[in-house]
Formats: sequence, structure tokens, C-alpha cells
Amino acid sequence: MSASKVVTLREAIARFVPDGSSVCMGTALEAAIPYAAGHEIIRQGRRDLTLVGPISDILFDQLVGAGCASRVIAAWVGNVSEGLGHNYRRACEQAVPAPLVVEDHTNLSLAMALLAGSIGAPYIPTHSLLGTGLLDSNPRFRTASDPWSGAPVALIPALAPDVAIVHVQRADAEGHAHAWGTLGVTREAVLAARRVIVVAEEIRTSDEILSDPNLVLAPPGKIAAVVHEPFGAYPSPLQGCYARDHDFFARYHTDTRTVEGTRDWLRQWVLEPADWPGFLARVGAARLDTLRAKAPRPSLPVDLGG
Amino acid sequence: MSPAARPVPAGYTERELMVITAGREIRDGETVFVGMRLPLLAFAFAKRTHAPRAVGLFENGIVRDSPADETLMTMSDTPNLPGAVWSTGTREIMGLLQQGLVDLGFIGGAEIDRHGNLNTSYVGDWRRPRVRLPGSGGGSDIAALSRRFVVIMPQEKHRFRERVDFITSPGFGDGPNWRRRVGLPGGGPAAVITTLAVFRFEPDTAEMVLASYHPGQSVDRVRQATGWALRVAPGAGETPTPTAEEIAIVRACDPLGFWTR
Repeated sequence: MSASKVVTLREAIARFVPDGSSVCMGTALEAAIPYAAGHEIIRQGRRDLTLVGPISDILFDQLVGAGCASRVIAAWVGNVSEGLGHNYRRACEQAVPAPLVVEDHTNLSLAMALLAGSIGAPYIPTHSLLGTGLLDSNPRFRTASDPWSGAPVALIPALAPDVAIVHVQRADAEGHAHAWGTLGVTREAVLAARRVIVVAEEIRTSDEILSDPNLVLAPPGKIAAVVHEPFGAYPSPLQGCYARDHDFFARYHTDTRTVEGTRDWLRQWVLEPADWPGFLARVGAARLDTLRAKAPRPSLPVDLGG
Repeated sequence: MSPAARPVPAGYTERELMVITAGREIRDGETVFVGMRLPLLAFAFAKRTHAPRAVGLFENGIVRDSPADETLMTMSDTPNLPGAVWSTGTREIMGLLQQGLVDLGFIGGAEIDRHGNLNTSYVGDWRRPRVRLPGSGGGSDIAALSRRFVVIMPQEKHRFRERVDFITSPGFGDGPNWRRRVGLPGGGPAAVITTLAVFRFEPDTAEMVLASYHPGQSVDRVRQATGWALRVAPGAGETPTPTAEEIAIVRACDPLGFWTR
């Protein structure tokens, strides 16, 4: 057994998310979004990041508004229950607070790009994208003829992000991680990324986690750091743990309409709190309690006896 | 935490009518790519009425043959998993779609044109957009690959355009043979359901034509909210008024009125 990879979130971001990196987050679509990690990236003032992820809800909007990103590779950026992301719009339309290059994807193409990365293939062909403007707005896509049938295909080049940050229900100190519920592109992303930061709701012993190796997300060699951060995906939902805080998304949408509003929002929710527990204290324990899973719903255990 | 319940209006709302009309597009036994917002409710409505054997796919990785017990604000809300028949990933769901196994997909749109092409990416030139919209999500894939798709969107003249600035989700391109020419396997748009009317596509021209206007609307009012010389399908009349029972079912699916009031 190898040494513990448990570090603080501050240390994980400082060591493994340098300026200029490509960072894959929000891999489970609207669930399990690593907001704690996103806030720490903003607090550390990272610059020139490439953000990779299918939907990301308001996470990418926050990072763009804080000036951390110069490029976004995504299928959709906004606020899922409210609509447009004000900071994303300002960056794309007015270069405020900084210019932003966007490589447009669809959910299928982003999943396939990460799949290609995860299997070491240079690209994956698809029948999606054909005839769309995305073939122009994302210069990395190519079209070709299927060598067998001659039919048109679009080619989706592999993505191999420098780091993927995933929020999971539980992990051991060495980085064996159990994730369940809706996974989106999580399995492809952790294999495609050069290294992975696991943020876990709960740290358990290796014996407990390895009691079900089928549920382990990635081999230990991919895992660079393990961070224990309860409620670290708030305000997004985490199956078996807590529900989505819809009101938080609604208030973010209202509060970030202007540049000044965004500055105030970032100060109040990200920059003033020293860390994630400090943020959660502002949200309030009573509010978090209303989101906790109402009743356990365990699955049937598997028998791995031989 | 969920928002507070919104007041229940008399009769029915515009969006309740849209949900019911969209739900009627689902045939029993079909595999439906559900998506977000109003289609979530249309699927739940159809399951509880005429299409109990329909199966719903969600691009986060969920497959359901029964609607979720609680109102969903997003497809990844925790109540969408209990009762699912499969929980997997985006790639697997998109793979089924690309195999041609999805009968019907739903898409929302910001702008649409007379051939049913949708734009949810850029208003104006994409190199210097006047408005940057959120993007495709899974919409472009559903439009490309499902056997047929149905669009649900608000109708305003500036959203109903002769030609969209940018094709995010392909309809019939520039006419009847375009999809085959560019290599798109899916069947294209079957209907567009708006706040004012229902539109379908004429096979010979691949052009969107008025199929029915909602109660209280008229051909003229729909024409005024359409950015091209809209033609009316033979036999076009009023969209069927929802029954009290149908309205009650939609309200049971969205008790707080988050999506429909």
C-alpha cells in the first residue's frame, strides 16, 4: 500500500492546478460539481486556465467572472435552472473581465473527446455535428469521409486535460474513490486527465473502499491528491448525501447581473471566507440540514467471494 | 431548497398547454430523449396518460420507465435516480442515440428558422457575437441523431427568423435534401410547439407551416410573430383545449408551478 495522498484543498490546488493548466470539472453534469475546489482556485487567483466540462452549471461562470480562465471547452455554459450566465456573456461579448476563447462542443462530442483521451485514441468519428455551425466555431473539429462507406463524418479530437477535479461520496487516503449516482462523463474524464484531484464527502479505510473494487473510479496512478471536504459539491446535488439548493442558483443569477454585483458576490461568498468551511458557515448549518438526504436507500450488497 | 409555490391560476397557463401538447407527441412504447425544463414535465404527463410504456433517456446517464416522484429542476436532481432502470454515463446514452435507438427527442431553442434549424449559441456573427447564448448542451446531438425531434420554445418575431445566424441544432438546413447531403442520419424536426401555436413541416419543401393555433390565438397573430411569410397547413385549426383532468395531471407533476406558472 502506498502513502496517503490526503492534503488540504489549498495544498491540492496550489500543487496541481498551476496557472495555464487545463482543468476538467463538472463531469457529472448538474450533480457533484466541485464548487469547493472552484472557490479555492478563485481565492488563489489562478489565471489563464482552460476550463473543460460539459455543463458546469454556475461553476464556470464564477471562474470566468473572477478572471481565472482564458479558454473554455464546453457544451453549455450558464445557470441550468435560471438560464444565461452573466459573467460568461460579458467575457464573450465584451472581453470583461478578460477575453475568453470558447471551443464549442456538444454533450456527445465532449464525452467522445474524453473517451478518446481515456483510450489513447487520437480522435473519434461521429454523425453528430454535421451541418452545424460548431464545425466552424470550434476549429479543432474536422470532417472526413468514412473510409469504408464514403459517408461524411465529423472527427472529434481527443482531450487529455492536465487535471480533472471530481467530487465523490467517499474515498480512502490513497485515492481509491467510490462515485455513484449520475456520472455524466466522470469515468472518461478521470482516465483522460493526466492526474486527478479527488474531493470526497467522506474518507474511509482502504479495506472498506476496496470491499467493492467495481465501484472504484480510477486506478491509483491517476490520483494526485485526496481532499476531505464535506458538502464540497454544494449547491449542486450529491446522490445519497444532499439535494440541490435551487435558491442559491436563483440568487446567484440575480446578484451577478452586473460587474459590481459579481465583485460583491465573489467577495461575500468566495474571497472573504478563508476556506470551504468558512463558506458553509455563511450558508448556515440550518440551511444545509434542509438539503440532507431524507432517508437512506442502500443498494443490495454484492458478494465478491471466490 | 426549493422555491416557494406559485399561485394556481384559473383555467390553465400557456406553459401548461405547451406541456400537454408536447406530451401528446409521445407515442406509447417510444424511447424518448427527455432533456430539461418543459419536456421533463411532458414526459411525466405522457407516462401518466396515454404513453405508460414510454422510456425516458437523460443525458447525465439515467434511464427511467416511470416519472420521478418529485418535481425536477434539473435532470441530475437526486429524486431522478430512485426508480431508474439504469444509471450510467453520458457516453452510453449518447451512444444509444447515435445508434438510432431514440424515437423522439425534445429540444428548446432561442431562435429557429423556417426550415427548423435552431440557434442556441450566438446572436449575430459568431466571431463577434451580440449575445453569447449558453450553447448546445445535448440539443445538437438530439437534432442530428434522433428519429424525429420536437422543439418547445416561446414565440416572438425576433426568435422566428427566415434564417438563423448560427446552426446549433440542425433542422432541414436549406431544404428537403440537405440532411442527407450533409450526412445527418436522424429524421429532423417533426413539430414546433410554441406559446402561440403548433407547427409542422411540409415534406416537399421542408418548410415549417402552421398546424394549429392555441385557443385565444389566431392565424394573424401567429403570422405577426413569425419572421417569414408563414403558410398555413390545410385543415389547420385550434390546438385542442386541455381537459380539466389533463391540467390536474400536469399540476401534480409540477406542484410548485416552477416550470408552468
